[in-house]
Amino acid sequence: MALTTDEGSSPTPPLLFASRRRRLLVGRRGVVASAISSVIILGVIVAVFWLAPGGATVRYFFFNPHLMWQAFVGDPRRGLSSVGWGLITNLWMFAVSEVLVLFFGLVIAWVRLSQSPVLFPFRVLATMYTDVFRGVPILLVIFMVGFGLPELNIGFLSTQSPAVYGCTALTITYSAYVAEVYRAGVFSVPHGQLLAARSLGLTHTATMRRVILPQAVRTVIPPLLNDLISLQKDTALVSVLGVIEATRAAQIYGSTVFNFSGYTVAAILFLLLTIPMTRFTDHLIARDRSRRLAGV
Amino acid sequence: MGVVLELTNVVKRFGENEVLSGVSLQLHRHEVVCLIGASGSGKSTLLRCANLLESIDGGSISLFGQSLEDERIDPDLVRRHIGMVFQSFNLFPHLSVLDNILIGPVHALKRRRAETREDALALLDRIGLRDRADDYPERLSGGQQQRVAIVRSLAMRPSLLLLDEVTSALDPTLVGEVLDLLRDLAHHGTTMLIATHEMNFARDVAQQVVYLDKGVLVEQGTPEEIFTNPQHESTRSFLERVR
Repeated sequence: MALTTDEGSSPTPPLLFASRRRRLLVGRRGVVASAISSVIILGVIVAVFWLAPGGATVRYFFFNPHLMWQAFVGDPRRGLSSVGWGLITNLWMFAVSEVLVLFFGLVIAWVRLSQSPVLFPFRVLATMYTDVFRGVPILLVIFMVGFGLPELNIGFLSTQSPAVYGCTALTITYSAYVAEVYRAGVFSVPHGQLLAARSLGLTHTATMRRVILPQAVRTVIPPLLNDLISLQKDTALVSVLGVIEATRAAQIYGSTVFNFSGYTVAAILFLLLTIPMTRFTDHLIARDRSRRLAGV
Repeated sequence: MGVVLELTNVVKRFGENEVLSGVSLQLHRHEVVCLIGASGSGKSTLLRCANLLESIDGGSISLFGQSLEDERIDPDLVRRHIGMVFQSFNLFPHLSVLDNILIGPVHALKRRRAETREDALALLDRIGLRDRADDYPERLSGGQQQRVAIVRSLAMRPSLLLLDEVTSALDPTLVGEVLDLLRDLAHHGTTMLIATHEMNFARDVAQQVVYLDKGVLVEQGTPEEIFTNPQHESTRSFLERVR
């Protein structure tokens, strides 16, 4: 092979047009193509659902509009909790745990990143903490806290409501995840930033506070929001302690009326909460990506 | 002339790899010393050891006659007297140009922001970037960023400056403005230890040129001695290659 470019070995210039089939998918035609494909796919999904042998049964048991409404508002005379009200419980459990998680996660990350010899035992403990609670299924943590602490009989620690134990368990587990997210954020800041700050004579703490953390925050927000979205969903797990939140109310409704439409309501309500947050997270990720691609 | 920085038989290893093998060097007040040598010859490591960003495995380093291996030494205090400028600028992207310059005086020296602000603006004035004080570094060209980085170190009023191949990451058209600033600093008696690949610049500004090869200080002398009459074969062949 000659070590050079091909200087037009054939008498005619090479053909540069795309094939007919590929041209169908370019520009305005591409929009048409994607619309058609969306309609077909959606049509297939709906058709399968409607025409399946058990379709009617599923629609009756899961998507009964009348019963869905009944589950949503509840009926105290028949002992039916409202799924809608239940969701309020999920919301406040989420709000409380969220604040605690963001705080304790930062504390744990800070300890793990510290350099002071005095903090050595705490560093070891913090590392063990993140290892253990990222490894134990959250359901087990909820059981251990919710049924274990009351058994211990130690003052106010053993006399709290199940919802409080639920929040405690969620906070314990999610703090471990969030601490790792913060730590990853710190490591995402280029090493040169640390060198520059330290060579100016800034202390480790000042470097963290003035240089590293402000930059880490930007990278950390999307993964942090992801964890918060799953925290929001996992408030449903606290139902195993007997807290009547949305899923538990749906379960009570289902076993009383022998219809699962309440679950559908709970699912829809959770989606209404999480979808804005997932969309927002994706938006942030896309913005960050385009910034990076623009070389900023 | 007072000795500012003194390295005596400094040895540095990264695992098995010996990066500095017994390097001795003196830097006097108002003196400019240029370190030359191929990539990987130990120039950057030497600079990092000098301001304690790296620990050394043998020999000693002293600043104003005080050994930096002394247990009572506070590395943060040492670094406040030694400015360092990096190949990749390392300006803080989340801070404005002015805040990049103020962060050292305000958060390391604990001086009041209001009283250092004028000093910082005067420094920016000297490099012709006073009107860019409120811009973020990303809006500046590479040459401008590097000049801000130099001024950021100077804002600490250091006793000496370490410069680590500060023009190597720059577009060729922007190298000149940074070298001009360094010439200006040298002219005003700034004490500098400069690792560089710019031989003409080294010849112009340095009082001493040091040639390093694989962590060994092969030859040291005035620019005249090193560039026109190198004593060692490896110095000669290095200068052949960079010319």
